[in-house]
Amino acid sequence: MNEFIKNNWWKLLGVLLILYSIVAGFLIDIPDIMGNIGESMRNLFFHVVMWFAMMVMFGTSLVRSLRYLSTFDIKHDVIAIEAVNVGLFFGILGIITGMEWANYTWGTPWTNDPQLNGAAISLLAYFAYVVLRRSIDEENKRARISAVYNIFAFAMLIVFIGILPKLASGSLHPGAGGSQSTVNSLDFTMRLVFYPAIAGWIIIGYWLIGIRVKMAYIRQHLDNPE
Amino acid sequence: MLLSEIKYLVLKDIKLEFKQRYAINGILLYVVSTIFVSYLSFAKIIDSATWNSLFWIIMLFAAVNAVSKSFVQESTSRQLYYYTVTSPQAIILSKMIYNFMLMGVLSLLCLLVFTGLMGEFVVNYPLFISALLLGSFGFASALTMIAAIASRTNNNFALMAILSFPVVMPLLLTLMKVSSAALSVGTVSGNMKYLAALFMLNAIVIALSYVLFPYLWRD
Repeated sequence: MNEFIKNNWWKLLGVLLILYSIVAGFLIDIPDIMGNIGESMRNLFFHVVMWFAMMVMFGTSLVRSLRYLSTFDIKHDVIAIEAVNVGLFFGILGIITGMEWANYTWGTPWTNDPQLNGAAISLLAYFAYVVLRRSIDEENKRARISAVYNIFAFAMLIVFIGILPKLASGSLHPGAGGSQSTVNSLDFTMRLVFYPAIAGWIIIGYWLIGIRVKMAYIRQHLDNPE
Repeated sequence: MLLSEIKYLVLKDIKLEFKQRYAINGILLYVVSTIFVSYLSFAKIIDSATWNSLFWIIMLFAAVNAVSKSFVQESTSRQLYYYTVTSPQAIILSKMIYNFMLMGVLSLLCLLVFTGLMGEFVVNYPLFISALLLGSFGFASALTMIAAIASRTNNNFALMAILSFPVVMPLLLTLMKVSSAALSVGTVSGNMKYLAALFMLNAIVIALSYVLFPYLWRD
């Protein structure tokens, strides 16, 4: 029993942090920071958090791809693809919560905005990564080539998400084109919910990666049992 | 050493092209017929935003088509021979230079035929041409790397499109912004930040390809 808790306490921590962020996210007082957002500001604890978790997952995948290319240990490749799968899951949730929010504050689920388009295109790139892997049969070749694409795409997309919205003026989305980032203007109580929520979802993300990696090994074992 | 290898490889590609003469003619004909199809369907374009987006969409598809042949046209045994005599860096850089020359010819022809058929909208030619050249360079380098990745898979042509579109999108959007400025009152100095961003994107692509291509090359 003690052994079980010792090995799994962080999963419990993740669940508790998320439960806390959901309960507190709906209960605390929200100051009207932006002027036009009001109570829908509570979506910050879900929408923005998804993108943070997604970036951490894709970052993990990038690190694993780099480590694969330096060691050629297939273990890193399995983690790289599963991190992308979990990152895509968070990205889709981020898009859905964002569309919900945009529908209330801007009156339309999607606008032609550099930040929104950047998010959509990075998801497309990672879907392409998944398709690329399906089209190569040999295991080591697949690992090597998809690692190269992962690094290449990540670098190009960081440019896209990081620099291009800054060049564009008149973005609706906060945190671009000179408008002040929302995260910097949060008051203290909101930070008390926001940061634990990020930590909780990242922990859940790593838990999901762990489960999916185990599933991948089991599937591999069932395919060629020797 | 690397430079002389690159020189020989580029000359080899050009000679091969002049001997076969199907790739360049094919791609030039592709551009002309695509523009003609859009001419027939649009008849006449009256606003510069449509002109701009149509021009760059045609450029994008032509570039993907032109560059996707880079690595599949040569047989595996000949690639094995290159592997024994040159460095992988020389291969990727020579392909990029060759594709840049191809894209340069292609984009100038595209501009010529497009203005001929769809009407002249460019106001500031120096700005537009510099966008075109930086764009050709960017397309050539990014797509060469993607072509190298796609050539290692089972279905090269389908993957070429889905792998390359997200990666060249930053480039394409910046290019469209600069060229739409060239269609109205924009100046070279006023758009310096976009030109610098394009230049930086190209530098990132070349540096990444230089480091990553050796991993694709060995088999």
